Amino acid sequence: MTSLKRILLGEQGLVVIFAVAFVIVSLTVPNFLSERNMLGLLQSVVTIGIIACTMMFCLASRDFDLSVGSTVAFSGMVAVMASNASGSILLGLLAAALCGGVVGTINGVVIARFRINALITTLATMQIVRGFALIASDGRAVGINDPGFYQLALSRFLGIPTPIWVMGLFFIVFGFVLNRTVFGKNTLAIGGNPEASRLAGVDVARMRIWIFALQGIVCAVAGVLLASRITSGQPNAATGLELSVISACVLGGVSLAGGRAAMTGVIVGVLIMGIAENVMNLLNIQAFYQYVVRGLILLLAVLLDNLRSVAGRQRA
Amino acid sequence: MQDFLEFRSISKGYPGVQALSDVSFDVRKGAVHGLMGENGAGKSTLIRVLSGDQSADEGEIRINGEVQHYRSVRDAFHAGVIVIHQELQLVPELTVAENLWLGHFPGKGGVIDRRKLSGVVSEKLAEIGIDVDPTAKVASLSIGERQMVEIAKAVMLDARVIALDEPTSSLSSRESEILFALIDRLRANGTVILYVSHRLDEIFRLCDSLTVLRDGKLAAHHPEISKVTRDQIISEMVGREIANIWGWRGRSFGAERLRVENIAGPKLKVPLSFSVRRGEIVGFFGLIGAGRSEMARLVYGADTRSQGSVSVDGATVPADSPPKSIRAGIVLCPEDRKFDGIVQGRSIEENMTISSRRHFSPLGIINPKKESELADKFIAKLRVRTPSRHQDIVNLSGGNQQKVILGRWLSEEGVKVLIIDEPTRGIDVGAKSEIYEILYGLAEQGMAIVVISSELPEVMGIADRIIVMCEGRLAADLPRAEFDERLILAAALPDIKNSEDLPLSQVQ
Repeated sequence: MTSLKRILLGEQGLVVIFAVAFVIVSLTVPNFLSERNMLGLLQSVVTIGIIACTMMFCLASRDFDLSVGSTVAFSGMVAVMASNASGSILLGLLAAALCGGVVGTINGVVIARFRINALITTLATMQIVRGFALIASDGRAVGINDPGFYQLALSRFLGIPTPIWVMGLFFIVFGFVLNRTVFGKNTLAIGGNPEASRLAGVDVARMRIWIFALQGIVCAVAGVLLASRITSGQPNAATGLELSVISACVLGGVSLAGGRAAMTGVIVGVLIMGIAENVMNLLNIQAFYQYVVRGLILLLAVLLDNLRSVAGRQRA
Repeated sequence: MQDFLEFRSISKGYPGVQALSDVSFDVRKGAVHGLMGENGAGKSTLIRVLSGDQSADEGEIRINGEVQHYRSVRDAFHAGVIVIHQELQLVPELTVAENLWLGHFPGKGGVIDRRKLSGVVSEKLAEIGIDVDPTAKVASLSIGERQMVEIAKAVMLDARVIALDEPTSSLSSRESEILFALIDRLRANGTVILYVSHRLDEIFRLCDSLTVLRDGKLAAHHPEISKVTRDQIISEMVGREIANIWGWRGRSFGAERLRVENIAGPKLKVPLSFSVRRGEIVGFFGLIGAGRSEMARLVYGADTRSQGSVSVDGATVPADSPPKSIRAGIVLCPEDRKFDGIVQGRSIEENMTISSRRHFSPLGIINPKKESELADKFIAKLRVRTPSRHQDIVNLSGGNQQKVILGRWLSEEGVKVLIIDEPTRGIDVGAKSEIYEILYGLAEQGMAIVVISSELPEVMGIADRIIVMCEGRLAADLPRAEFDERLILAAALPDIKNSEDLPLSQVQ
C-alpha cells in the first residue's frame, strides 16, 4: 500500500497513471491501438499540444492567458485571408505570426507594465480578438484558394502527418528552453518569487512580455495548422480552447501558483486529454457526457496534485 | 512551584536529519522560559511539536500533569497552547476586535453583536494593558502593535502556554520594551511563556529559566537563569568558546568607490549623500523606520528614484534598474530574505546562479557543467550546509540561505559594491561569525561594503565607519575610533526629549 502510494504521489506518478490507463484502454477498447486511430488521436491534440508548450511558461511564471482560443481563430483567419489576397502562402503565414505576436505583446505589456491582472486582461483581449476575427470575415468561414495551403496539414513525412511533427518539435524545443536556458530558468524563478527574482537582476517585466509574445506567435502556428486542416478560416474556431490547454497543463503538474513545470508532465497531460476524448468517441459516448468526464479528469488531477504537494511537504 | 509544562523524551526525525532526539525539560507555572540554540538546533521543530503542527516520533508533552495527545494546531489550541510565529497570522483588512473574535463571533443567527464585539475586546485589552484601538484595522497598525494583538488573542482564548518565536526580530527597541512589560504581566497571571530568541540581552531581561538546544539534543537546562553567564550560554550553543564573534581587523582603504549624491524617493524625502571607499565597511545604524532599507533600495535601483545620482569608480550607474546596477557592480542582499531574497521551490544551485548564469550561457543556453561547478564551488567556499546543490532552498536554515544569497553575488563578475541589509537577522552565532569573515575577505579584495543593521553591537563590531540615520536623514557619521554607544544611540533617537522615561542604557 505504502509503496503504491509512493509511486502515485512521486515525481513520475502521472506518467505511471498514464501508462496504466493506456494499457487498460488498449486492451479493452477495440480499434484503439490501430495505427489509424493513434495518428487520429495525435492529430486531434495538435492544437492543444502546441499551445500547451507556451501556456506552461505562462502558468509557471504565475501568469494566465485566456485569449489563446481567440488568437488561434484570428490568426488562422488572417493567414487564409492574407494568402488569398496576396497569392503567397508564406506571406499569409508571416501575417498570421505577426498578428499572433502583436496580440501576445499587447497582453504582456498591459499585464507587466501597467500591472493589470492577467485574468482580466486576457479575458478582455479574448473577446476583442474574437470580435476582430468575426469582423474581418463578416462572421462567415473564409475558404482557402490555394490548394498548397492544405498541404501544411495534409502532407506526411515518414507516414506521419506534418502537424504531429510540428507538435513533437515544439515539445522538444520548449522542453529544452524550460530546462536548459536562462529564459526557462528565469521563468521558473519568477513564478517561485517574483520580487526576489527582480532584486536578483531578472528583468521580470520584460520576461513576462516575452512569454506572452511567444504565446501569441505559437497560437498563430496552431491557428495556421488548424485552418489548413479544416480547409478554411473559421471565426468561431477553437472556442473553449483556453480551458482545455490550461487543463492539460494542470493535469501535467504545472502549478497555478507558479514556479513548477515540466515538459514531460505537460505532454502526458495533453495525451490524457486526447485519449479520454478519443476513447469516448470510439465507445460512441454522447458529446454531452464528454464535458462531464473532462471536468472530472481535471478535478481528479488537481486533487492528486494536492495530495502530492502535501506528501512532499511532509517529506521535506 | 510545580512543573506545568513538561517535555518528555521528545524525538522527531525527517529524512536525512534527526531534528530532535530525546529532549526532556520542564517549565514551572508562571515562568518565562527561554529557548536558545543555533539555527538548526531544533528550536523550531520543538515549537512545531508543541503547537500541534507536527507530531513527535517519540515522547510526550504534559501540561499540568496531563499527557497531551493532540494531533493538530486546533487540538493544541483547545489544550491552551498557542504559538505566535514570526510571521503574524492576522487578517489585515479586519479590525482588531474582529480579528480577536475571528472563528467565534458573538451574536445570534449569524448576525454579529457589534457592541459585544468591541466592548469585550476593549475590556480585555485594558486588562492586559495593551493600548490599541479595537476598531482600528489591523493593516493600519505597526508590526509591534500587531504582535500585541496576537498576544491579546492568545489571552482571550485562555492560553495556558504561549510560545513566542523571535518576537522582537522586527520590533524597535521601544516596541520591544512594551512587549516585555506585557510579558511580565502575563507571567504574573500564571501563564507559561516559552520565549525563543537569539538575543541574550532579552533572555536575561525576561527569562526565569532557560534551555539550550544543540544539534537536536538538550545542551543545557538552567532552572535558574541567575546562575548562568552569557559566555557559558554561548559556549553551550556552539559547543565551543567564541572569544570575539566580530573578529574585526584593520584594513587600508583605497580610492572612493561608491558615491551617492542627493538621492531621494517616495519614501525618502530628504536627499542623502555619502560615499564609501575601496575596502571600507560602512555600517548604517538607525531605529526601525529610519529609512536605511529605503536608502539601500534606492541606491540599488529597486525603487524609483525621484532625484540624485549614484556612481561607482566615477562612472554613473543608470537609475531604477537592478539588472543595470548589477552590471555596474552594485549588488544588494535584501532585508527580508523570505520575500525578497530566496526563490522558494527552486534549488540552491538555481538560487545561486540566477544572476551569474548569463555569463556561461551563450545564446541563452546554460552550460550545466559550469553551472554546477560554480554552485559547488560557492557551497564549499561559503560552507553552506546541505547534502546537495539540488536541495530546495526553503529547506535550509536562515544562515545558510543568507550564504546562498551571498553566493549569488560572489558568483557574479565585477561586483564592486555590496549592500547587505540585516546580514545576520535570525541567524545563529556560529553562522554570524562566518558571514562577518566573508565580508572582511571581500573588503580586503577592495570591495566597498555597506552593512545595514538594527543591532548596534553588530554595527560597532564590524564596521570601519558608522552612518547613523534618523527619520530619513543622516544624523551622524563616525569613524571607528570615535565609536561610542551612547553617542550613536543619541543620534538615532528621533526626539531625545520624548524618551526621557527610557534610559539610554535600556535601548538595545
